[in-house]
Amino acid sequence: MENVIEIEGLTKKYGQYKAVNNLDLTIERGEVFGLLGPNGAGKSTTILMLLGLTEPDEGSARVCGIDPVQFPIRVKKKVGYLPEDVGFYDDLSGFDNLVFTARLNNIPQDIAEMRAHELLEKVGLEREKDKMAGKYSRGMRQRLGLADVLIKEPEVIILDEPTLGIDPAGVKAFLQLIVKLSREDGITVLFSSHHLYQVQQVCDRVGIFVEGKLLAKGNIGELSRQLFSSNSHVIEGGIEPLNGNSSKAVSLEDLNNRVKKIPGVAKVSFENRRFVLEAESDIAHLVSAVIAEAGYGLSYLSKKEYGLDDIYSRYFQ
Amino acid sequence: MNLFTQSDGSLPSFFVFVSFLGPLLGISLGFDAINSEQNKGTLSRILAQPVPRDYLLNAKFLAGIIVVSVMFFALSFLVIGAGLIILGTPPTAEEFLRIITYTIFSIIYVSVWLNLSIFFSVRFKQPATSALSGIAVWLFFTVFYPLIVNFITKGLEPSKFAPPRVIYLYEKIKFALVQIMPNELFSEVSSTILVPTVRSLGPLTTEQVHGAIPGPLSLSQSLMVVWPQITGLLALTLICFLFSYLLFMRREIRSR
Repeated sequence: MENVIEIEGLTKKYGQYKAVNNLDLTIERGEVFGLLGPNGAGKSTTILMLLGLTEPDEGSARVCGIDPVQFPIRVKKKVGYLPEDVGFYDDLSGFDNLVFTARLNNIPQDIAEMRAHELLEKVGLEREKDKMAGKYSRGMRQRLGLADVLIKEPEVIILDEPTLGIDPAGVKAFLQLIVKLSREDGITVLFSSHHLYQVQQVCDRVGIFVEGKLLAKGNIGELSRQLFSSNSHVIEGGIEPLNGNSSKAVSLEDLNNRVKKIPGVAKVSFENRRFVLEAESDIAHLVSAVIAEAGYGLSYLSKKEYGLDDIYSRYFQ
Repeated sequence: MNLFTQSDGSLPSFFVFVSFLGPLLGISLGFDAINSEQNKGTLSRILAQPVPRDYLLNAKFLAGIIVVSVMFFALSFLVIGAGLIILGTPPTAEEFLRIITYTIFSIIYVSVWLNLSIFFSVRFKQPATSALSGIAVWLFFTVFYPLIVNFITKGLEPSKFAPPRVIYLYEKIKFALVQIMPNELFSEVSSTILVPTVRSLGPLTTEQVHGAIPGPLSLSQSLMVVWPQITGLLALTLICFLFSYLLFMRREIRSR
């Protein structure tokens, strides 16, 4: 696979403060990559450096093999960028705003109009196309922004917090639209967000960004492996002594010891009739067998996989 | 041509109007050129397109200049036309040329202020700040700077019985001090261009005046007289443009 975005040792300082600190990252063609991090982690700054809108202090970035510091114009021909909280000319209609962007990309007027029609239909704004952009709702503005990014037929689209301020249903539709477009046209997508679930839903790979550093990258499974190198499996369950022959059931301490003996278990804690256990590998089946042997029945057993939520709370706090 | 320069006292003459309205026009056309784009969030969208940054500044400047040019030419021709109808005497070719030259110079004068306000709009985030700064500079030059110059020259004033060289030097200093005011430069240009009998702008010694025959100058001679002033106006324009260029080209463009 070809690398569309290559970042090496990228650093940006604001005075003493390092907004982006020695960042290395590669993104392959056709990938949907999510940059996840809290506010002020340096996501936007990284994106600005990729577009040549600000200059890095150290390191280099390549977008489609082009250095954005030296040739920003050539990068901008291939990259569509949707800024955070995008603005439009309020006194032009949505359609005219799109045609204006197309004209800035040197697309002839007639082709620009044709493409604007197509894209407005794709993003579901064909009915509002002649409405002034100033009267658009937040969600409509974002969708118009997406059309605006796509009108120059980019190879890469970079979206900075594209889902900010849209309602949940709108977010879902918007993200699905992005993924659909990316799959259809093979566009590489890089987007930043601080909403875990949205990233989880649509991204092939995720990079976690804190204080200018990339903590981990990979898909969700890889991430939890990287971040929680041992004991990444957590099993929760409830037990109930089997009815009638409760004499057969061993005491809780005994059960505790038995469970602890299962290979791979690192930590067990029983509390009343519930237990939480951490293990190196997935051993739920062994646990249930041990519990049944001890004269208990399982009232429930659930495997807890680390979601981004846990990653988030563990690393950002 | 008297239509442009003379007035009966109830209304200021045309060229006084222009020298007053020009700065206001320039400031109002340029003060929100860049920062309003930034505040609307359109700046980062536009600069994400394959357009060089300087095109944006050039376009903002040119747009202002085109508006001003159309307006000033229309005004001048209207005045000429009205004069034709009322007086019935057409202007001579030279008069016509002088009026056109004057119009071109007033456009340059407005472009000084336009560029200054574009510079402020690059520098300041809020349109209100940049508008006020523009107006402050204008007020400074029209009201306060002459006051300061008065103070300085009062202190330096030689006695009546001082030798002519000293008086000449003093007059020279006084003249030089007002030369950095764009409005002063422009009023010198306009009076020389529109009034052909104006022969000189600075102080003259008696030897220099000696033997001169009072009479109107030709247009090319009038141009020679105000050439330094025109160069000064152009230089001011370029300096303002240069600074906004320098500030804007290396700047980080954030959304909103």
